[in-house]
Amino acid sequence: MDHIRLATVWLGGCSGCHMSFLDLDEFLIDLAMKVEVVYSPIADIKTFPENVDVTLVEGAVANDEHLHQLALIRRNSRIVIAFGDCAVTGNVPSMRNPLGSALPVLNRSYKEIADINPQIPSNDGIVPTLLDQVRPIHDIIKVDMFLPGCPPSAARIRAAVEQLLAGQATGLSGSDLRFG
Amino acid sequence: MAVKTLTIDDQLISAREEQTVLEAAREAGISIPTLCELHGLGDIGACRLCLVEVTGIAKLQPACTTRVAEGMVVVTNSQRLQNYRRMIVELLFAERNHICAVCVANGHCELQDLGLAVGMDHVRYEYLSPQCQVDLSHERFGVDHNRCVLCMRCVRACDEIEGAHTWDVMGRGTASRVITDLKQPWGESQSCTSCGKCVLACPTGAIFRRGSTVSEMERDRWQLDFIVTAREKKQWII
Ligand code: SF4
Ligand code: SF4
Ligand code: FES
Repeated sequence: MDHIRLATVWLGGCSGCHMSFLDLDEFLIDLAMKVEVVYSPIADIKTFPENVDVTLVEGAVANDEHLHQLALIRRNSRIVIAFGDCAVTGNVPSMRNPLGSALPVLNRSYKEIADINPQIPSNDGIVPTLLDQVRPIHDIIKVDMFLPGCPPSAARIRAAVEQLLAGQATGLSGSDLRFG
Repeated sequence: MAVKTLTIDDQLISAREEQTVLEAAREAGISIPTLCELHGLGDIGACRLCLVEVTGIAKLQPACTTRVAEGMVVVTNSQRLQNYRRMIVELLFAERNHICAVCVANGHCELQDLGLAVGMDHVRYEYLSPQCQVDLSHERFGVDHNRCVLCMRCVRACDEIEGAHTWDVMGRGTASRVITDLKQPWGESQSCTSCGKCVLACPTGAIFRRGSTVSEMERDRWQLDFIVTAREKKQWII
C-alpha cells in the first residue's frame, strides 16, 4: 500500500492537540511505516501541498489567515478531521465571542495592560486580522470526522487514526465523544 | 393499588397506576435520557429529552410526566426520537457558553453525558454566544449563567425540599435566567438558608461550590434522595 499522505495544521489553538499526538509514543513508529507527513507545524514545509489524503486541523478559526488556509486545506485534502475541541466547538478561543467583536480583546491586550508603547499591532499582509467571532471549522468548510477533547487523549487520537488506516472513517462514539 | 399493563419497546410491563412511563421503563431496565427530571423533585416536563411515542397520540409525550395507562403502547428509541434528542442536546450547547475544558463540572456533567448518549460529535447549530453573568456574591456558592440549561432543578429543590423558594426564573426564551429572590445578588438574598440543595441538584457547572476549579465539581446527589426518602417514608435510609 502507498503511504498515506498526512498533514497536520495548527490554527487558533494552543498546540496541545499536537503535543497529545506526540504522546502516541511507540505507535508513532508504526504510524511512520504507513504515513508520510507532507505538512505539519513540526516539519519544515512552507506551503500546504496538493493531493493530501488526511489533514488533522487543530484550532479554531480566529483570523482571516485561517479562512484562507482552510479553503486551501479543503481543496487539497481528501479527508479533513476537526482535531480537538477548538476545531470542533471553538472552545477557549471562542470565549471572547460574547464580547461581540475583536476590538475589546485587542484594546485590553495591547493598550490597557501594556507597560510601554500601547498600540494595536496592524501591518497589512503581515499580521492577520482577528475575526469578530471565533468559529469551529465546520462553520467554514465541510469536515469529515470530529475528534473532540481538550486535548484529545493519545488513546482517542489512536482510535481515530486506526479507523483511517483501516479505510473506515465511521467516526468516534461513546466516551470518545466527550468534550473537555 | 391498581396495576396497569402496558408495552414499552415491545416489552410487556406491569406498573402501578400512579407511576409515570419513565418510572415504569426504568423499573423494566429500559433507559430513557432525562435532564430536568430528578428523583425527589416534582416533574415538570421542561427539557423534552424524555419524549416518547405513544400509539394513538399524534404528539410526542414526555415520559416523566405521562402516567401509565392500561394497554398503552410506548416506543422510547425510534430513529425519529434519536434525531430529536440529538437536536435538543445540540441546541442546549448552542444556547449558552459551554466551554467544557475550563468548566468546574467537566467530567461530572449531565449535559456532557447526554452529548455522549445521543452521539453528538459536534454542534450543527450556530452558537449564540450570549453575554452571561457569574454571581460570586454568596460566601459559599457561585452561579455561572453561561452553563445553565434552565432545567429548574435548583428552583424545585429549593422550593419543594428546603421550602425557601430562593430561586426562580425571569425573562422569556433565550433571555430567561434563574434568579435569587427578586433578582438580587445571591449573597444578599434574605430567603437563602445556604443549605446547598441547589448545588446538589444542578446537573451542569452552573451552580458550584466556590473554590472548585476545572473538573472539581462533583455532587453527592444521593443526599437529596436521602432527605426525600426520610420525609416520605419516615426512614433515614439510602
Ligand atoms: S456545564 Fe457541562 S456541558 Fe457545559 S461547559 Fe460545563 S462540563 Fe461542558
Ligand atoms: S442553575 Fe443549574 S439547576 Fe438551576 S436551572 Fe440552571 S442548570 Fe438547572
Ligand atoms: S426529563 Fe422529561 S422533560 Fe425533562
